[in-house]
Amino acid sequence: MTAPWIDGDTSAAALAIAGATGVAFGATLERAGLGSARKLVGQFYGVDLTVFKVMFTAIVVAMLGAFWLGRLGLLELSRVWVPETWIAPQLIGGLVFGVGMATAGLCPGTSCVAAASGRGDGLAVVAGMLCGVLAVGLGFGRLAGLYEATPRGALTVPGWLGVPYGAVVAAVVAIALAGFHVAERIERRP
Amino acid sequence: MRAPRAYADPYLAGAWLGLVLLAVLVVTGRGLGASGAFAAAAAGLTHAVAPDVAQASPYFARYLAGDGPWRDWLVFEIAGVALGGLVSAWAAGRLGGAVERGPRVAAPARLAIGFAGGAVMAVGAVLARGCTSGLALTGGALLSVGAWLFMLAAFAGAYLAAPLLRAVWR
Repeated sequence: MTAPWIDGDTSAAALAIAGATGVAFGATLERAGLGSARKLVGQFYGVDLTVFKVMFTAIVVAMLGAFWLGRLGLLELSRVWVPETWIAPQLIGGLVFGVGMATAGLCPGTSCVAAASGRGDGLAVVAGMLCGVLAVGLGFGRLAGLYEATPRGALTVPGWLGVPYGAVVAAVVAIALAGFHVAERIERRP
Repeated sequence: MRAPRAYADPYLAGAWLGLVLLAVLVVTGRGLGASGAFAAAAAGLTHAVAPDVAQASPYFARYLAGDGPWRDWLVFEIAGVALGGLVSAWAAGRLGGAVERGPRVAAPARLAIGFAGGAVMAVGAVLARGCTSGLALTGGALLSVGAWLFMLAAFAGAYLAAPLLRAVWR
């Protein structure tokens, strides 16, 4: 049967998979050193580009896997949920998120890893995240205008540019490889 | 005390992370996430204290519909993230590390700054409808335009803020 195999998000099987996925995700982040805020912010001072290398390797691997499984007819890509595009809120939200990430030294996922491994700063970031979402949720009216602005649906880069899926995949691989090359040079700088 | 085990090679760890993401995409048709679990928890906590207030927020109301916030897929996933992080840190001899901070910042100040950074990050994640995991990683691999916009904007924001935060980290 063509993948994806599980429908719905809240069946016992789906939630068991959610937990197992999380364990693998959290362990990988910890093993990469991304539960360490100092290592993570090293990215933004050009001294440790682990964040970039881990993220882009993961994106390339998953992107190539999804593309080829789709091409071979093993994965029905139309049934894979693609995060929707909302141009203004994602650009502004991204900027705000980036400022918060450089301040916190951790992102939402890695803050959970840091907290679970017993680091107080991880716990502080988790508490800050929770309070931040609480505040936004309670005062949502003020943000609703921006939140609902410029919807574009499940827009993908190939669809947007009118370029074949495979060509975009190849371009992302090329950009990532060039990026890794630059990252190694930046790290070796005296 | 033994020295903690070295961190994994970033490309190897990245490849593992990509395979985890690919596996969950194939099995369930959805990707990873993190900030959504915080939103579900915030909705659930608000509902427990003041149900009317929670229902009145269009943002929280979504999480209260259906099976409710505590049966949310991402809540189970993030519990797994914490467990996986705990076990991995224990196995590598990294459990209970000190508060991570720059050399010029005292631990209490670092906790306050971390809290503030977390709150700011939450605002961005709500607006963008995701964070580094759910939007950047998952959407990036699926070539979502919004995911790539978010990723570029987040890196831009972090690089712009970093020089102002030198006193905190360097």
